[in-house]
Amino acid sequence: MIEFRSVTKRFPDGTVAVRDFSLVIPSRRITVLVGSSGSGKTTILRMINRMVDPTSGTIEIDGDDIAGIEPVGLRRGIGYVMQNAGLLPHRRVADNIATVPVLRGVRRKDARARALELMDTVGLDRSLAERYPSQLSGGQQQRVGVARGLAVDPNILLMDEPFGAVDPLVRAELQRELLRLQRDLDKTVVFVTHDIDEALLLGDQIVIFTTGGIVAQAGTPQEILAAPADEFVARFVGADRGKRALHVREQNGRPVVVDSEGRAAGVLVPDDAGLGARAGDGSPADGSAPGGRPEPARDGGAR
Amino acid sequence: MNSWPSAFLWLADPVNWAGPGGIPTRVGEHLLYTLVTLLIGVIIAVPAGLAIGHTGRGRGIAVQASGVLRALPTLGLLLLLALWLGIGFTPPLIVMVALALPPLLAGAYAGMDAVDRQTIDAARSIGMTGWQVLFQVELPLALPLVIGGIRSGCLQVIATWTVAAYLPLGGLGRYIYDGLAVQNYAEMLGASVLVIVLALLADGLFALVQRLVVPRGVLAGRSRDVRTRTPRRSASSTPSTTAG
Ligand SMILES: Nc1ncnc2c1ncn2[C@@H]1O[C@H](COP(=O)(O)OP(=O)(O)O)[C@@H](O)[C@H]1O
Ligand SMILES: [Mg+2]
Repeated sequence: MIEFRSVTKRFPDGTVAVRDFSLVIPSRRITVLVGSSGSGKTTILRMINRMVDPTSGTIEIDGDDIAGIEPVGLRRGIGYVMQNAGLLPHRRVADNIATVPVLRGVRRKDARARALELMDTVGLDRSLAERYPSQLSGGQQQRVGVARGLAVDPNILLMDEPFGAVDPLVRAELQRELLRLQRDLDKTVVFVTHDIDEALLLGDQIVIFTTGGIVAQAGTPQEILAAPADEFVARFVGADRGKRALHVREQNGRPVVVDSEGRAAGVLVPDDAGLGARAGDGSPADGSAPGGRPEPARDGGAR
Repeated sequence: MNSWPSAFLWLADPVNWAGPGGIPTRVGEHLLYTLVTLLIGVIIAVPAGLAIGHTGRGRGIAVQASGVLRALPTLGLLLLLALWLGIGFTPPLIVMVALALPPLLAGAYAGMDAVDRQTIDAARSIGMTGWQVLFQVELPLALPLVIGGIRSGCLQVIATWTVAAYLPLGGLGRYIYDGLAVQNYAEMLGASVLVIVLALLADGLFALVQRLVVPRGVLAGRSRDVRTRTPRRSASSTPSTTAG
């Protein structure tokens, strides 16, 4: 569990990026921070691994104030994935993935062997292991970034608009894979995006920001869609229009769900799958039961 | 104009290739002077340039100091130091190092500047220490430009050591001053040719080194860019990478 307590960040130039921000980020769930550019999401994310230190307030991981944790060690225990993958251009894919384990003292040979396994995990062909990042597509680079983030098997994974720079088809694929991964790995994921669709798809918990790191609303996707806190949130999630303003229409005696323009969106079926089955989970290759997350016997700590 | 044939005759004369004042000895001296100068220059300038690039501090001072060093009149400074410290190797060495510092420094921090800030930020974010970022990320990526600085410094140093033979010292400049004293233009021109050849060889060597130190991943990216820009893509290019 990560807890922000009245955190404020004022940069030296006077910009207040985050103002009196409090939030509990539950373990083993995906929390999505969503808001327009400049709303302070990245700053909040980077405070978790002490790339940015708050001006006031405290941040705790499993009850420990991170201000007392040495930053380099803290960062090595937390996965970090960023927009342009942030890979080291002069290192091969396998070495990029092995970077942090090697820093932590794992033998290079072992770290590289583990890197190959991680490539399987994130759906990268092992034949790409000896490539350099510049020889990969954007989507492949992001997968390498995710594999690197997972390399030390961290409990916390920070993702800063990781799929922001890839084309929509690849993005949709990466989003599905993240959900699949999360079912197996059960990380505490903090995911930043400016795309509300992505937030609704991925988030167990969603935090919507206005500017200055001010929270407009926090809750599950269902809660937010059911009861937008204000006009801003309603407009932001688009609950009043388009593909999210759905209503039921009778068609040959059967109820069909249509959007605000009258386009068919689906049909109503009895709710027997339970709340655990989320939209977007329907990968056919996936054998695990919906909602059947194994609860591993480990705490949600960062280190 | 008609000095050229005699210059080559001087170069071809076996007499000039033998003994303590022979061409191999003088070339050796010249190279040794150059090497010592570059070594001292690199020890001073490269760490300073890397530190400036890494911390982002001290750039203003470095630029100003480089400007001052560049503006120094070489020969005047040489004579001044010789009067001060006496005849010998030290005065010209100081002058030559001063001459080499600006390009070495500029190469080092230009190299650091060229490293993508996002790459550095990413390296820190995953838990590299400042030193690890410097040695494992910044330095390898900056190295081609660092070497480039040494390359242009080397050219200047080779050329300018010729002047220092005035003091008197060895090196290829010795022939020029000796030739001047007795109006032996063949010797002067022949020695100049040797200086030029030496400079070109050194430059070629550094050009080679500079290419060798470009990280392979960076090269790979470059060649791929070239290939994708070329309208006619050869089938033998890297296999398609659409899976991601
Ligand atoms: N290092 C910094 N120095 C000064 N201002 C900054 C710095 N980093 C971010 N900011 C400012 O803080 C605000 C929030 O930035 P950021 O957290 O990057 O927002 P987001 O990720 O939501 O786009 C912006 O106004 C930005 O300009
Ligand atoms: Mg951001």
